[in-house]
Order: sequence, then C-alpha cells, then structure tokens
Amino acid sequence: MNLPKYASTGQKIGYYSFMTYCGLVFFFLIAPIFVVLPLSFSSSSFFEFTKEFMKFEPEAYSLKWYKQMFGICGEDVTTVCTNKWMLGVRNSFIIGIASTFLATALGTVAALGLSRPHMPYKALIMAILISPMIVPLIITAAGMFFFYSQLGLTHTFTGLILAHTALGTPFVVITVTATLTGFDTNLIRASQSLGADTIRTFFKVIMPLILPGVISGALFAFITSFDEVVVVLFIGSIEQVTIPKQMWAGLRQETSPVILSMATCLVLLSIALLTTVELLRRRSERLRGINT
Amino acid sequence: MSGTTKTEILTTDGVPLKDSLKKAERKNKIRATLLVLPLLLFIFFTFIVPIGSMLTRSTDDSYINKVFPNTFKVYQKWDRQGLPPEEVYAAMFLEVKNASGFEIGKASTRMNYAKSGWKSMIKKSKRKFKKIDVNDGPFKDKMIEIDKKWADKEFWLALGVMVDPTTYEYYFNAIDKKYDSEKNVIDQPENRQIYVKTWIKTFKVSILVTFFCLMLGYPIAYLLATLPLKYSNLLMICVLLPFWTSLLVRIVVWMVILQQKGVFNNLMVISGLIADENRWQLMYNQTGTIIVMTQILLPFMVLPLYSVMKTISPNYMRAALNLGASPLHAFWKIYMPNSVPGISAGGMLVFVIAIGYFITPELVGGKDGQMIGNWIGYHLKTTLNWGLSAALGGILLAIMTVLYWVYNKLVGIENIKLG
Repeated sequence: MNLPKYASTGQKIGYYSFMTYCGLVFFFLIAPIFVVLPLSFSSSSFFEFTKEFMKFEPEAYSLKWYKQMFGICGEDVTTVCTNKWMLGVRNSFIIGIASTFLATALGTVAALGLSRPHMPYKALIMAILISPMIVPLIITAAGMFFFYSQLGLTHTFTGLILAHTALGTPFVVITVTATLTGFDTNLIRASQSLGADTIRTFFKVIMPLILPGVISGALFAFITSFDEVVVVLFIGSIEQVTIPKQMWAGLRQETSPVILSMATCLVLLSIALLTTVELLRRRSERLRGINT
Repeated sequence: MSGTTKTEILTTDGVPLKDSLKKAERKNKIRATLLVLPLLLFIFFTFIVPIGSMLTRSTDDSYINKVFPNTFKVYQKWDRQGLPPEEVYAAMFLEVKNASGFEIGKASTRMNYAKSGWKSMIKKSKRKFKKIDVNDGPFKDKMIEIDKKWADKEFWLALGVMVDPTTYEYYFNAIDKKYDSEKNVIDQPENRQIYVKTWIKTFKVSILVTFFCLMLGYPIAYLLATLPLKYSNLLMICVLLPFWTSLLVRIVVWMVILQQKGVFNNLMVISGLIADENRWQLMYNQTGTIIVMTQILLPFMVLPLYSVMKTISPNYMRAALNLGASPLHAFWKIYMPNSVPGISAGGMLVFVIAIGYFITPELVGGKDGQMIGNWIGYHLKTTLNWGLSAALGGILLAIMTVLYWVYNKLVGIENIKLG
C-alpha cells in the first residue's frame, strides 16, 4: 500500500490520516504493556510516576521491589516482607508444567484421531473438545467448585492440575490439527511398508513433522494455566498461591509495587514465548512447503 | 435389476469386496475413535459433568424437604384459611429441635429467600426449643410465645413454594421475578430489582466493546493485509504480544495509566487540557471496564479480520478505481462487502468473550461496571445462594450456546486459528 506519485492533495490527506489513525491504534495496543517497565524501578510506594522519578533523581530509583519479590528483605524494605511471590512462582510452574504435559499428550493423540478421514461425528466431537475454551471461566469455575468439592479435589494440586489441563487441551487440539492439514499420509504408509510398527512410525515419522504444532500448542496450554486466576480463586486453598492469584490479591488488598516487578518479569516471559511460537510457526510452514 | 444377476466382485480371499471394504472402514473408524476417546472422556468428566451438575442446582429445592419431611407432609393438608393446625406446629417443632445446627442453618437460609425473617426466627426458636420437652404439647402457643412471627400467616404461606423439590424460582429470581405464596410469578420489590439492569448492562458493555474493537481493529487489519509481508509480520507482533501477555499484567498497567494520579491524567494536566483539581475518573466505573476490555479483546477482532482480508484480491480494488470510482466509493462498494465474513467472525468472537467476562470488571469496574459474571461469583463465594448463581450461569450458558451456534454457522468452529 503505497501512495502513487500522482496522488491528489485529498488522497494525501486521506492516506496520512489513515496512517496516523493506525499508528495510534498500534500505540494503544502495545504501549501500555511497556509502561510498567520503568515504573517497576521506582522507589515510590504508589503506582505513579513521581516528579523526582521524571527528573532522574537517583533516590527515586530503587530495586527494592525486585528484592521483595525474590524474598530478599533488606533494611530499606518498609512493607511486610513475604515470600508468597516465590511460592507463587513455584506453584504456578508446578501446576503449569504438569497440566501442559497432560494436555499436550491427550490433545496431540486426539488431534491425530480427529484428522483421520474416517472420524465419525467429527463436528460434534470437535465442539465438545473446544468447549473449555469457549465457556466463560466463571461458569467453568462454578461447575468445578461444586463438583470437585464433592470428590474432595478442591484445595488440592490434583484438582487444579486437572482443571487447567481441561482448559489447555483445546489449544493443543487446534494447533496440532492445523499442523496436520496437508500432512502427507503416504509417509505413514511408506514407513509401515518398510516394516515400522505404529509406535515407531509415530515417533520417527509423524512426530518430527508435527512437532512445531505440538510445541506451540503446549506453549498455549502453558500460558493458559500460567495466567489463569478464576478457577484457582474458586477451587484452590488460601495457601495455594499462584502468580496471578498473588497479583489479584495484590490489586484488591495490598497494592504493593511488587506487582509491577512481577508484571515486568511476565512481560519479558511473554516476549520470549511469542518469539518461540512465531519461529516455530515459520519453521512449520517451511517444512510443509507453505510459503508466507 | 431387470433380470440380470449382478456378479459380486470378490477379493482374493473370496469375501465380497463390499464387505471387505466395510470391514476396513470400520476398523479405521474404531482406530480414529480410540485416539480421540481419552481426551473426550477426560473433558467429559473434568468439565462437562461439573457444569451439568451445577446446572441441576439451579432447579433443585430438595434440601429443605429433607430437613423438614414431616412438616411438609402435614403442611399440605392445611387449608390455608387461618393459622395452620397444631399438627403442623408440632411437626415443625420436633424437626427444628432434632435437626443439626448445620442443617437448620442451610434450610433456614433457603426459607429466607422466600420470605426474609425466617432465618432469625428459626435460629431463635432452635435455641429456645431446647428447654421445651418433646412430650410437652401442644406446641402452638408455646412457639408463638417464643417468637410472635409463628402466628404470622404470611410466613406459613411462604413455605408453600418449597413443597415441590424442583423449582424454577431461581430462574425467575435471575430476571427479577419471584413466586408469591400461591406460586404465581410476580415482580420482585423495586429495591431488589438488580438483575434485569445487570443483564442489560452486560449486553450494553459487550456491544460497545465489540463496536470499539471493530472501529479500532478494522483499519489496522486492513493495513496488515495490504502491507508487504516483511512490514506486516513486524506489525503483527504488536497485535500478538498483548495476546500473550498475562491478563492481570494488562490490568495492572491500565490501573497505572487510568487512575486519578495516573499517566493519562498527568499528561492531560501537564499539557494544560484539564485542571489539576478536576482530573477524570476513568477507573472503577463502566468507562474503565470498556477501555480495558477493548484493549484486551482487540487482537480477537484483528486476527479473524486479517485472515479474511488476506484473501481479498487487490485486483478488485484496482478494477473499481480503474472504472472511475473514488477510493472511498470503491472501498465502500467493493472491499467492505468482501470483508463482511471477517467482521461477523471477529464481532461474534469479541462479543461472546466479553459477555462472560469476570476478572476485568471485578478489578477495574467498581460498583457501576459489574457484569453478570461478577454476580455469579458473588453469590458463589459471598452469599452462598448457589441456586441463584447456577441459574444466572445457566442463562448465560444458554445465550453463549446460541451465539456459538450462529458463529459455527457463519465461520465454523474448526476454523478458529491461533496466531
């Protein structure tokens, strides 16, 4: 989309105002995320840019919120120093990794079945498998709250892991199914005619080809679990803090700037994850011979 | 077939080819099903069954019948003229006296939904009944002496709606209606009418958010679809990064920006557009909810729009311009109609996600920004009126199902793409 040399003044105005508008929308999308980065180094106890901070006075800058986040309590720490953040990080990773592992295994196998041409009731099954992504989290949380408490699964890691696995599987199913479209089934026949059994075919032929889809599905499942707070609030116990739950508590009760430090770390994590997924997607498209 | 017997084609084993193929087909079907089965069962037991069992709570009124079985049995013989006979009082007395505190607490909470005052009356009576011996009947006058509300016919009449173990009252409550003592559906008292307003607000916020997402998302999707790939890939990251950033992080950020002493108000004050003392209240109200939800849901609008616009050939626009249309006219007559599938897909997706939102309104909505999801959470955790929260959830789920059915007709659920 370029402006031709013969463009009239009206066209020029239209073009530049369109570009400015788009620029503002992109700014609206992306700029807020980076507001936290500088603010997390402020020594102020409030979420605001103080005058001293804007004048780059050294006293206005501090690493104390990061220290608090890591549970290092020095003398300059004024508020109560808790190690809940690190506990949250640990719990988030335990739940996230366990549920990602389960979701990826179940989702990949199901996607293989769904991509077969012989699958009966495909549309219905797909709708059921995707439903955890669609139903509002508050309804999911309410249902699980009642049902899991009857089974004694509330306040347990097992319950949280099962819940997050259910929430993560749709992403794996969708990404792996997408990778499997255009998958050359002759490769499977070739492998089998050369004497490989089903398992060997799966790991040696199918898996390397669908791996990018599996990994990005797994990352989606991980970030879903890692970012999920509603279900944790309803079926987790008070001690089962996760990062988002601690942030939730922080926003509702304490409003300590430690939240900003954690937010900065999470932004960096999301950039890393996005880069990985983008690279994988391109690799997958190259492998399957789709030119972008 | 007109006299000639058709010879069946046989395989080398002598089995008819048709049967052999069918067998192979069945084998494939079973194999495919077996692959899907583990996940299907998993989703069924960890997700579908819990939601189903929650929905049964929305019509379930059997608990109170379990706590007061005899009372309700004799209650039905009462002619509703004057006060109930001694028999009813006696049954009530015995069952209140003998039931555990927990059961009485739960049952009286339920009775309080029908008429407020029941809970305190039962609680007080339970305490005082301890002193009265079970053989010390008749109980009617003694009970009235303990609490004169026992002589109020209205309370007894209110029990009538609970005789049936299945009730639709919670659904009526969810739209500001209730049963009167004869089980007619009437309006809730004026000061308790909150849900219809909340439903309307939920729809209003969702529609506004969808509209703003479209207004902001359409131009950038157009830009992304028409730019050369090396630029559009870079800009695409701007759309995808918020998508990958934690929801709570984005809410924190918006709090930093929108609060009274936040970035936005500061900039406005510094630039002299508003005075220091009348900074705008942009958070803890509906405005805040709408701004934050628009930014959060914008990628869900841009991605479907982009994938549709990518398929619109630039030649259409060129042809229109060539034939003498002005750029705006060409856009309106040619490009716009071609992008309608994207608009409906994105709009539907944003609307459906917005309508069930919980976290954002809870944190930035304040009192005025609360949506229906927040009331579900409130009744679940705070008032413990689980029947009502299940009914609200049931209605929300029904709306979602209809919308998704439409979405599926328009776009196809299996066409959902991520990134």
